[in-house]
Amino acid sequence: MISNELILAAGAGANPLLPNPWEILVTAAGFAVLLFIVVKYIAPAFEKSYQDRVTAIEGGLEKAEAAQAEANATLEQYKAQLLEARTVANRIREEAREEGAQILAELKTKAAEESARITEQAHRQIESERVAAVTSLRAEVGTLATSLASKIVDDALENDDRASRVVDKFLADLENQQNAGASN
Amino acid sequence: MTAFALPTATEPYVPPSISDTHLPEVLPWLAEYGTGFGKQMVMIILSIILIVWFFKSAIKNPKLVPGKVQFLAESAYGFVRNGIGRDIIGEKNFAQWVPLLFATFFFVLLNNLFGAIPFLQLPSFSHAGAAYAMAIIIYGTWIAVGVKNHGIRYFKLAVVPSGVPGWIMPLMVPLEIISNFIVRPLTHSLRLMATMLAGHMIVMLAATGARHLIMVQESLAMNAIGVAVIAGSVAMYFLELLIMVLQAFVFALLTAIYIQGALDADAH
Repeated sequence: MISNELILAAGAGANPLLPNPWEILVTAAGFAVLLFIVVKYIAPAFEKSYQDRVTAIEGGLEKAEAAQAEANATLEQYKAQLLEARTVANRIREEAREEGAQILAELKTKAAEESARITEQAHRQIESERVAAVTSLRAEVGTLATSLASKIVDDALENDDRASRVVDKFLADLENQQNAGASN
Repeated sequence: MTAFALPTATEPYVPPSISDTHLPEVLPWLAEYGTGFGKQMVMIILSIILIVWFFKSAIKNPKLVPGKVQFLAESAYGFVRNGIGRDIIGEKNFAQWVPLLFATFFFVLLNNLFGAIPFLQLPSFSHAGAAYAMAIIIYGTWIAVGVKNHGIRYFKLAVVPSGVPGWIMPLMVPLEIISNFIVRPLTHSLRLMATMLAGHMIVMLAATGARHLIMVQESLAMNAIGVAVIAGSVAMYFLELLIMVLQAFVFALLTAIYIQGALDADAH
């Protein structure tokens, strides 16, 4: 079996608190070298990588925000343009309608004027033809009546004054009769 | 080296001692410990090479969208930068201290983890010299920071607490001097050295003990206990891993706290 004396005897070794000076030196020098490399190369590389990423992410976000803003602006612009186009279209339609109505009214007026003009012309022609007919009839009827009467009374009524008075009277009667007939 | 001698029928159990952590030197080969260039120094240099190699290659071609290695390295850097540097020292002054904290943390961490890697299997800071070296560097740094920022008045700020009644000063001032300027570097270094040495001793104890129980002892029950010791040492291994990381973190955290205290000595 194991005796306590043996354990104690064997356990007594070097003092763990006493350093090996060479180990102090190597550790300190080694750490100095490591620290130098970290300060000079490693830490800046990591910081740069970190900073680059921050920049890239922030830049990306800014870019995205800018793109969003641009898209919004374009959308607003399109909306405004669409609204304007609608207004213009409405106005044009309105104008076209008004113009159409105007043209129609003008045409109507023109047609009415034309018809009035034609009617008036016809009236005037008829009137003038009537006047001409009356004039020629009056002359003809006068001559015919005079010749007829003279034949009837056998030259007894050669006196011009009387003859023409008779004729006028007769014609007036005739006219009255005609007017009475027309008014009926 | 007695513990690793071949077993003989009457061999008594010899527990590992501190001397067993002091392996023969590498240069000159197998010379007595303390006379030349030893394993611990090889590992210190190896750790520097590994740290520089890993972080330099990880950030050599930095991508905006990092790959796995770059992401790992940036996370590690960011942990020290933000988790230790910015949180402790503060937004205003932390940037210039990040390299020191980064180097301290990974230097201690990797050298601790060497204790958990087969064949290396020696936490460099279980040797007091290495821990003293780091503590002295940090000690010198924060005192220099204090003097640079507050002049010679820094020593008064550091040892005379404000808001304390005058009659208690004769008690407080010596206490603060002992606490800040004498005990602080000792605890800073010995905490690291002791935890690493203890972990290393447990590994050696489990290894030599299990070997003795299985190879030397003839009772079957003792052999079974030897196997149980090996099984238990696996759990200890993971506990050691945790302690190695934790102690590296604590060491770097205390570094940040000491620097912050020196920067803002007049703030409290």
